[in-house]
Amino acid sequence: MLSLENLVVKYGNVEALHGIDMEVAEGEIVSVLGANGAGKSTTLMGISGLVKPASGSIVFEGTPIHTLPAHKIVEMGIAQVPEGRRVFGTLTVSENLRLGAFTSRDRNRDARTRDWIFSLFPILKERRRQLAGTLSGGEQQMLAIGRALMAHPRLLLLDEPSLGLAPLIIKAIFETIREINSSGVTVVLVEQNARAALRLAHRGYVLEVGKVVLADTAESLLANPEIHSAYLGHGA
Amino acid sequence: MDFFLQQLFNGLAVGGIYALVALGYTMVYGVMKLMNFAHGELFTMGAFLGLTLLGVFSFTEVLGPFGGIFVLILMVMGMVAIMGVLLERVAYRPLRNSPRLSAIVSALGASIFLQNAIMLMYGARFQVYPHGLLPNTPVSLFGVDIPLLRILLFLVSVFMMAGLYFFVQRTRIGTAIRAAAIDQDAARLMGINVDRVIQIVFIIGPALGAAAGVMVGIYYGQINFTMGWIFGLKAFTAAIIGGIGNIPGAMLGGLLLGVLETMGAAYISTAWKDAIAFGVLILILLVRPRGILGERVADKL
Repeated sequence: MLSLENLVVKYGNVEALHGIDMEVAEGEIVSVLGANGAGKSTTLMGISGLVKPASGSIVFEGTPIHTLPAHKIVEMGIAQVPEGRRVFGTLTVSENLRLGAFTSRDRNRDARTRDWIFSLFPILKERRRQLAGTLSGGEQQMLAIGRALMAHPRLLLLDEPSLGLAPLIIKAIFETIREINSSGVTVVLVEQNARAALRLAHRGYVLEVGKVVLADTAESLLANPEIHSAYLGHGA
Repeated sequence: MDFFLQQLFNGLAVGGIYALVALGYTMVYGVMKLMNFAHGELFTMGAFLGLTLLGVFSFTEVLGPFGGIFVLILMVMGMVAIMGVLLERVAYRPLRNSPRLSAIVSALGASIFLQNAIMLMYGARFQVYPHGLLPNTPVSLFGVDIPLLRILLFLVSVFMMAGLYFFVQRTRIGTAIRAAAIDQDAARLMGINVDRVIQIVFIIGPALGAAAGVMVGIYYGQINFTMGWIFGLKAFTAAIIGGIGNIPGAMLGGLLLGVLETMGAAYISTAWKDAIAFGVLILILLVRPRGILGERVADKL
C-alpha cells in the first residue's frame, strides 16, 4: 500500500534520514520505534508532505506522492495525528472535527463518520461545543485522532499518541487504535512506548539515527534480546 | 447630550473606517505573522482608483447616488484585491521560508514603492473628490440631527464587518482561515491549501481597505498620496488594541479608537487627537499586552 524507498530528508545541511526503506501492506498496523532524534517523526512528516525528501521516493497505492503538496496527500487518503496533538485550541471540538473533513465533499458520509467517532470517544460528543484548548490532554488526543479520521483515511499515521498521558488513558487509546484498524484503516504507529506499540502492531521497524536497523514481525521484535535491553527495559 | 451624540456618530463613522483598514492588517498577521506595511498604500490606492473611476464614468448620475457608490466601491474593491494578490506573489511569497525580518523589510519596501508609484501617477498635491456624491441631509436620531453621510458610512462598514464575520465563522473557507492562523502545519494536515488561504486573505484585506479608501474620499472630500501612512498607523493601532490577529478585535479596536479620538478632539483639543489615540494604545498595552480580545484560551500540552 505504502512504500518508502531510500528516503533521504535534510533540514538545511543536516541529514535527518539517511535512506529509509519501509513497506506497509493494506490492513496492517506497523509500528516505528526508536529513541528521540532517530527520525521517526521526520519519516511521518515526509509521508504527509510537510517536509520534502532530498532524494528517494514515497509511493502510495502505486502513485508517487513525495512530490505532492501536503493538502493533496490528505486527499489521497493519508491522514496524520501529529506529535503533541496540535488540535486547534481556540476552535470548538465540532469545528476541529469539521476541519478534519475539509477535503471531503460528501456531507452524509461525514455525518456518519462523526457519529462513529462519537461512539469511539463519547466524551467528544459531550464536549463538542467546548473550545479544544480547554480539553484535558487525553481528550485532546482523542480529538486529534477523531479529526484525522474525519478525512476518511485509508492510511492513518499516528505520532506518539501516548505522549504525556496517564496509563489508563493510553490503554484506552491503544484499544481504540485496534478498533480503527479492524474497521479497515491501515495504521502506522510511531511510539516511544515500544512494548505497548509492539503488542498492538503486526510488524515493526526500529530506527537509529536516521536509518532502519531492524525490521521484523512484532512478535519477534518483542522476543528479540537486543530490543529488550535497548527499548523495553528489563522489567516485566 | 446632543453634542455628545453627534460626536459619538462622528466617531463611529471614522472608527468604522479604521476598523475596515485594521481588518486587513489583522487577517494577514493572523495567518502569516507578518505586518503588511504596504496595506496603508492599498487603502490609498483605493481612494485614488475611486477618484479616477468617478472621472471616467458618472456613477451617481446614471445609477443614482446609492447604486452608483455601491457599484463604484465594488469595482475599486475588485481592482485593489488583484493588487493585493500581486503584492503577496511578488513581495511576500518568495520570502515565505526566510527569516521574518526579511519579510518585514520587504513589506516596508513595498510600502515605499507603492506610495511613490501613487505620487508619480497622481501627483503630490491633494486631490478633491466630487462634492455631494451622497445626500448629506441631517437625519433626526434620538432627537439629535446627524448628517446622513456619517450614518451611511457607519452602516456600510458595519455591513461589511458583519459579512466578514459571517464568512469567517460560518463557512468552510472561513474556518480554514482560522485554522491556518492557529497552526499552519496542522492546517496542511487537514488538507487545507495554506497558499490558497493566504491568497484569500490578500483578497479580502485589500478589498476592505480599498472600500475604506473610497469612503474616506467621499467623507473628507480630499485625498493625498500620504493618507495611507496616518490612516494605516491608526488602523494598525486599532488592530493591536483589539488584539492583533483577532478579527472581532480589529472591529472593536477600530470603533473604539474612532470614538475615543473624536471625543478627545471634541472635549479636549483637536490638536491632541493623535496623542490621545496613541495614548490609548499605550494604556491598553500596559494593562492587556495582548489587546482587548487577544488570545483568550491558552493551549494545553
